[in-house]
Amino acid sequence: MPRYTYRPFDYVAPPELTGGPVRDAPVVIVGAGPIGLAAAIDLALHGVASVVVDESDVVSVGSRAICWAKRTLEIFDRLGVGERMVEKGVTWKVGRLFHGEREVYSFDLLPEDGHKMPAFINLQQYYVEEYLVDRARDFPELIDLRWKSRLVGLAQTEAGVTATIETPDGRYDLAGRYLIAADGSRSTIRHLMGLEFEGTTFEDRFLIADVEMTADFPSERWFWFEPPFHPGQTALLHKQPDDIYRIDLQLDASADPEVEKRPENVIPRIEKAVGGRPFTLDWVSLYTFRCVRLARFVHGRVIFAGDSAHVVSPFGARGGNGGIQDVDNLAWKLAAVVKGEADAALLETYDRERVHATDENITNSSRSTNFMSPRTPMERLFRDQLLALAEDHPFARPMINSGRLSRPASLRGHVAAAPDGGGGPVHPGDPCPDAPLDGGFLLERLGGRFSLLAIGTAAPATLLPVLTLGSESLAAERYGRGLFLVRPDQHIAASWAPGEAGTAEIDAAVEAASARTKELA
Amino acid sequence: MDSATYRLGLDGDEIYAELLALHEGLSEAESAALNARLVLLLVNAVGERSRVEAAFAAARRPKG
Repeated sequence: MPRYTYRPFDYVAPPELTGGPVRDAPVVIVGAGPIGLAAAIDLALHGVASVVVDESDVVSVGSRAICWAKRTLEIFDRLGVGERMVEKGVTWKVGRLFHGEREVYSFDLLPEDGHKMPAFINLQQYYVEEYLVDRARDFPELIDLRWKSRLVGLAQTEAGVTATIETPDGRYDLAGRYLIAADGSRSTIRHLMGLEFEGTTFEDRFLIADVEMTADFPSERWFWFEPPFHPGQTALLHKQPDDIYRIDLQLDASADPEVEKRPENVIPRIEKAVGGRPFTLDWVSLYTFRCVRLARFVHGRVIFAGDSAHVVSPFGARGGNGGIQDVDNLAWKLAAVVKGEADAALLETYDRERVHATDENITNSSRSTNFMSPRTPMERLFRDQLLALAEDHPFARPMINSGRLSRPASLRGHVAAAPDGGGGPVHPGDPCPDAPLDGGFLLERLGGRFSLLAIGTAAPATLLPVLTLGSESLAAERYGRGLFLVRPDQHIAASWAPGEAGTAEIDAAVEAASARTKELA
Repeated sequence: MDSATYRLGLDGDEIYAELLALHEGLSEAESAALNARLVLLLVNAVGERSRVEAAFAAARRPKG
């Protein structure tokens, strides 16, 4: 067990079993990991109630997901927990690449200023879940967290879902209009529904160890091909809060997981990796990779999000970060459907947009994994000769693939057709870039609902909230001059050159992007 | 020299993946033959003798 102090959450016998008043919650969320908790909070911010069930009563055992990307932090900030995460996390933006003992390349993931959130923080999943649980408790009327509650059965009709939940006090049926399956890579719901992942399984095994040690490694991502301390393989080092380091070591495909996990086998490998510094072993895990997804994420009233819907290799930090972007995309749509403001067809856009984003993650993650674990002698030859060329020839260095780190998915070309007249660098489907404003940041002022951003132009009469900015600003540089319709998940829905859009055009764009059934309130 | 500058922009990973995909399902001898054809094609695509010869020299130099 990690040195983090686990404080079990209180299990409370549910009203369905005690005869107490049963609240009406339109959304059932299965899984209180980062994805399920973020979904509950986002829905609550839209005024939609949910019941969250989880079979455990503690946060993540082991650090698991540790690298949280800028876009995730922006989403967490919208949910009200971003600043707390950044404060606790280890901020980093530089990755260094070594071949043998020699540094061959480094990259800076955020070379410019003027963003509220950093390129990345490292923060153990148990802290992320703890902070999300704390935030969820700000909504006692809207979020009902139920621990030691395991889903064992599921039925759905055209009108809703019924989940059978097992608790220490017995079983009960929990009804909802929609269910979010956030129950992880081994999703019970996926199995119960007979759905299969499609994609590739990789054979190489990797050993993950968290060690506690006092060391002066900088807050950077260090990656080695053929390190002197682990011949012929790869290694990855990440710094986490509380003097914890994550060390990732590639093993042979033939490695026996049970043997490799034993401390007497792990400790000598780590000793070599950390150059003899004293350390204690905090957590060890051995894993293989898959790069897989469900063919569809929306199955009637059951919606998959996060690892239940897609799994990638960890190089690139595209798992947890992809899942949080699922939530960002889903919550406003599901809220609008539940509230009767939008047609259920809006949920199809979640499927389309996030399947596209997932494929981008799978493509990048598969390529990185292939580079680290060449599948054929010819792939190994190219890989090794690229590494050899990189010593003297700078062109080869950016081609070395040690993981292409999570970037916000652009939904360009995958969102509802919309005017694209901004003429600047952003287009419909793009996530909104941040920029500094007087006394804060742009992204703090966007999101949660449809709104207009008017840069260097005036907005026509509209019922939408409008943020007007001058044309002499970093925001103008990052967006261009014009009028931008922004979705609740801080993505551009439409854009117009100055003076091109009137009330009717804006209204039509909102309607297209939101499958709206009601007039704007 | 050309090899100082990475010129593939955002397409680098895609091109590398395509290069590996060319070899899928080939025997070692077939792969070697493909590489030979590829070099000849690229030599002609580069066209300029001095640049081609610089690449020859760089490829021939044993790694340090």
